[in-house]
Amino acid sequence: MRLQGKNLTVRYPGAPHPSLEAVSLDVAPGTLYAVLGPNGSGKSTLMRALLGTVPLETGEVKIDGLPLEAWRRRDLAQAVGAVTQHESAAFPIGVRELVAMGRYPHLGTLRAPGDRDRELVEAAMIRCDVDHMADRDVGTLSGGEHQRVRIARALAQDPRALILDEPTASLDIRHEMEILRLLRHSADQGITVLLITHHLDLAARFADRLLLLGCGRLAAEGSPAEVFRAEVLEAVYGWPVEVLVDERTGAPRVIPLS
Amino acid sequence: MTRRPGPAAAVLALATLLAAFAGVRFGPVAFTGEEFLSILLGGGDPLDRFFVLELRLPRVVLGLLVGGGLALAGAVFQALLRNPLAEPYILGISGGAAAGAVGVLALGLAGAASWYLPGAAFAGALLAIALVFGVAASADRRLDVRVLLLSGVVVGAFFSAVIALVLALSDAPTVRGAVMWMMGSLSGASWRTVGIVAAYTVPAGLFLLALARPLNLMAIGEDTASYLGTNVEGTKRIAYGVASLVAAAGVAFVGVIGFVGLVVPHGVRLVVGPDHRILLPLSALAGGGFLVLADLGARTVFAPTEIPIGVITAFVGVPFFLLLLRRSLRA
Repeated sequence: MRLQGKNLTVRYPGAPHPSLEAVSLDVAPGTLYAVLGPNGSGKSTLMRALLGTVPLETGEVKIDGLPLEAWRRRDLAQAVGAVTQHESAAFPIGVRELVAMGRYPHLGTLRAPGDRDRELVEAAMIRCDVDHMADRDVGTLSGGEHQRVRIARALAQDPRALILDEPTASLDIRHEMEILRLLRHSADQGITVLLITHHLDLAARFADRLLLLGCGRLAAEGSPAEVFRAEVLEAVYGWPVEVLVDERTGAPRVIPLS
Repeated sequence: MTRRPGPAAAVLALATLLAAFAGVRFGPVAFTGEEFLSILLGGGDPLDRFFVLELRLPRVVLGLLVGGGLALAGAVFQALLRNPLAEPYILGISGGAAAGAVGVLALGLAGAASWYLPGAAFAGALLAIALVFGVAASADRRLDVRVLLLSGVVVGAFFSAVIALVLALSDAPTVRGAVMWMMGSLSGASWRTVGIVAAYTVPAGLFLLALARPLNLMAIGEDTASYLGTNVEGTKRIAYGVASLVAAAGVAFVGVIGFVGLVVPHGVRLVVGPDHRILLPLSALAGGGFLVLADLGARTVFAPTEIPIGVITAFVGVPFFLLLLRRSLRA
């Protein structure tokens, strides 16, 4: 499934500058595409623009070649799974109940979940290593566990594309690597993955292409080797860096200088 | 966290059935079992028949409808506004209804025609709903639920001031009548009012029950709800509108009965969990049963004096709820 955004500009009410300005991107089917950039550079706004939860000042989004406005919300949710940065339930809810909500787009208003729905929910929990906490209240989980539960819910949607906003921000090394391998594997299976992250090195190592945002504008786009140039990263992040190539992985690495 | 709602549903259904039976069976006028049975079978003294079939039975049915509607509306508002303090009246509905009713009472028109009082109360509630909706929707093209909550509280406060002004300029009997109305009573029940309230509450209630899954998602968060296939703006508008109408229809005929819409959904949620597919129907059931029992208490505790039903719902509901809350915190 192809995700395309052309000339996307988003301005929040009352903000002097657009949060996203004339950004275009084209995510080919089955790629792992990472979006990088400093705090407030427009990464999450780009996600909301692609998913239609923020009004566009200019530009248009196409999903699978079809303009976003032509998608019914439910059809879109069957095709694209999304994991936001934060989420807090108004009332206590169990892990399995939350993951099972990933099946809602497929069930609609009234249909009861069937065996396949339950299988997908259990499989998603196993893949995100949350099956052993299935009966716990989400409110009692750690930040990283909660993130894994929400990734599991997106997987339970059985989507053709995944958009994730810093899904590994609170994860320990093992779970972060497991989630990145899971996303890499999903992309290799043909699922389009758009990953917003602050982990430059891991993005360079796992992603096919990178998009670097600075102050809402596109600063660089291309393969990890193309985007990881010291002068570009220094300008965007406002900090001196050195770019090396990791001998073990062959991917570029960023060393912040002091 | 995984709960089995079956036993809870069975117990609630049985309890509501027993409450309804008790509501018809008992009252200030006592019948022996034999007399009661013959009335049900179509015999008995005509006056006794009138008591049971024309006064008590419609009263019980109205209690089921209004109590169920208020609890259902409360559960919907709590999910929609993502706020555990939300209840059917927080959006100014009771304030508007009470202002309408007090206006009619102060003008001395309540006795002129039987529909003036509920008509004015319903009109007041609709005015409040329209005002609150207008404010919340004008801030942005989207409906901001925080603004909805705030403007509801503010509109309610305005109508309270209107009521206070009217009462300050009224004579003592009017004030007493207004206060009694505002505390709620099912004494105005007749088959006609049952028909009118049912015509609103039953279809609206069924519609709200069908919103269970979108409401599950709304309680998680609006963005997530959207990404899981919910038309968030549409759901907010329609659920707010329909739940408000259910509350308004109830309050127009029975006055302001606090507490049912707040406490019943919470109590049910503590037992069966947050899934609205179970929570909504069981809240409606429990709210109906609770109000019928409260009305039985209102009629019989100080018989022949009838006390406001709102007093009973608070006296019974508060300790019960605190107990439930304590139990759930310990578990």
